[in-house]
Amino acid sequence: MGGYESIILTVITAATPLLLAAIGELVVERSGVLNLGVEGMMIVGAVLGFAGAQATGSAYIGALCALGAGMGLALLFGFLTLHLVANQVATGLALTLLGLGLAGMIGEAFVGQPGIRLERLHIPGLSTLPFIGPVLFGQDLLVYLSLALVAGVSFVLFRTRAGLIIRAVGDNHGSAHALGVSVIRVRYFAVLFGGACAGLAGGYLSLAYTPQWVEGMTAGRGWIALALVVFSTWRPLRLLAGAYLFGAVGILQFHAQAGGVAIPSQFLTALPYLATIVVLVIISRNRVLTRINTPACLGQPFVPDR
Amino acid sequence: MRKLLSMAAAAVLSFGVVGAEAADKLKVGFIYVGPIGDYGWSYQHNQGRLAIEAALGDKVETVYIENVSEGPDAERAIERLARDGAGLIYSTSFGFMNPTLKVAKKFPNVKFEHATGYKRAANVSTYSARFYEGRYVIGQIAARMSKTGTAGYIGSFPIPEVIRGINAFMLGAQSVDPDFKVKIVWANSWYDPGKEADAAKALLDQGVDVLAQHTDSPAPLQVAEERGAIGFGQASDMIKFAPKGQLTAIVDDWSVYYVNRTKAVLDGTWESTDTWGGLDAEMVLMAPFTNMPEDVANAAKETVEKIRSGKLHPFTGPIYKQNGELAVADGILLDDQAMLGMNWYVKGIDDQLPQ
Repeated sequence: MGGYESIILTVITAATPLLLAAIGELVVERSGVLNLGVEGMMIVGAVLGFAGAQATGSAYIGALCALGAGMGLALLFGFLTLHLVANQVATGLALTLLGLGLAGMIGEAFVGQPGIRLERLHIPGLSTLPFIGPVLFGQDLLVYLSLALVAGVSFVLFRTRAGLIIRAVGDNHGSAHALGVSVIRVRYFAVLFGGACAGLAGGYLSLAYTPQWVEGMTAGRGWIALALVVFSTWRPLRLLAGAYLFGAVGILQFHAQAGGVAIPSQFLTALPYLATIVVLVIISRNRVLTRINTPACLGQPFVPDR
Repeated sequence: MRKLLSMAAAAVLSFGVVGAEAADKLKVGFIYVGPIGDYGWSYQHNQGRLAIEAALGDKVETVYIENVSEGPDAERAIERLARDGAGLIYSTSFGFMNPTLKVAKKFPNVKFEHATGYKRAANVSTYSARFYEGRYVIGQIAARMSKTGTAGYIGSFPIPEVIRGINAFMLGAQSVDPDFKVKIVWANSWYDPGKEADAAKALLDQGVDVLAQHTDSPAPLQVAEERGAIGFGQASDMIKFAPKGQLTAIVDDWSVYYVNRTKAVLDGTWESTDTWGGLDAEMVLMAPFTNMPEDVANAAKETVEKIRSGKLHPFTGPIYKQNGELAVADGILLDDQAMLGMNWYVKGIDDQLPQ
């Protein structure tokens, strides 16, 4: 395996869970809901994905369990914030705490067991091509799914009526309501989609990235996903670039260290976050851009007819 | 309200005291810095707790609090155990040192055991393990098994404990192959499976063929297995994660110490002591030597035996620092104080120590 090729493969692996979780959250935030519980949904997805794969012997069923687990927690979040109009920030944080505790409890029996790996696709003739073969045609299904989701979300949000409705609900729920759109229902769908994506992202960790279950294995990736959404200014294609940039910086810093480049490793570890801050500064300087892309009703509860 | 409930539920889940009440038994409390499901540091301490239960049965009752962060929270957690009637409390992380001493002052009748610290009191003992002895052994194995002559080493943080381990590893390797090289990367985390796996991949991509780690998850070993490389388990025997890749593992075993100290409290013979045990005290164990030729395994066993009997000490002079300065004179053993504060690399390591 050539050097560059395997670096690229590693970057893809590192970027995929971020991308999956972030693309879901992007849709949630576009609909005007701020769900800070991504980390919690991810970790429950990771443990149930692992459990599902262990129980059935199939990593694909595991991935489905992860998806379901994320949606389950998202449903709880939706019920609390959309139905009972609880504060979204506090509920999201509670969801993270709940998810971390719950996952630890469920996962107790799985500690110290090797997991089942999600197989990489093998397309005869294509996967064995030099360089582009393994990179383009030799990934596991979730990698392709994450890329398809970016394309799909980008298309739906900006080219379809459904996307227009989602954005309208996120930008001005009062007007959308007046036009006869069911704000709550749209937001429920968005929140559930976000949960499914976060669950899958967790499943990717315990089934493909490092096929094992250990407590706290998400290690803050849910928070990075949240940062990525802001970093991307709520644009799917920028999100894709951001996720791969975050992934690449994370990997290249190890190569720099192993190659003896004398940059403090702590600085390199902090680099993606510094990049986020820089981007935030840049986008907040451009008022028009900010106003166009930021969902105006982000985090605001909606109570019809009051 | 529901939000409050779910927050409370989460708080209970992540910070719950587990255990049942019983009278006239010695209650033994444990404070863990991580989750017991980490399959690393806290997991092994919890194995020690289970060993106490197994050995002393109905004479004791154990309770634990996991995920206690190092700081003010720790004091509250330790005090809670003391108030709940614990007669012996193990606080199992370096950062619990001052909180343990503070609580110990308030409860002079409760015995405390603090792991890896250096401050003691009449009712506070300290204990740690000489993991570097195991690292010397794996250094020798790495030098014998590597085809490229270069090992990869994943460090957590550049603190004396980890630097001592890297030095011991290299001294072991150099005793076999004086030109042996090591590439070191810092994960800046004790515990992040994804990052550890990334670090392992980067090292393998840079041409190392043996991996050693001073981070807690089995992820690097799993990567080694996948890539057809070899490596060493950390804290626990991780052979299940790398049946073809694990050569051996440095296992933290606290059970002998924990059972003895708990017995001492039951007998009334407990005294404040400082214990730093290694292979000889069976606080450090080597997992079975696997996936290597018999002569390599035999050489490793011999080294273990020599260290155990005191014939071999990994830090015996002459040892030179990176810049060629003599650190330990010929025939002299480096004393514990110097080892506890080690902040220099031995000669032969090319990397710069992060400051």
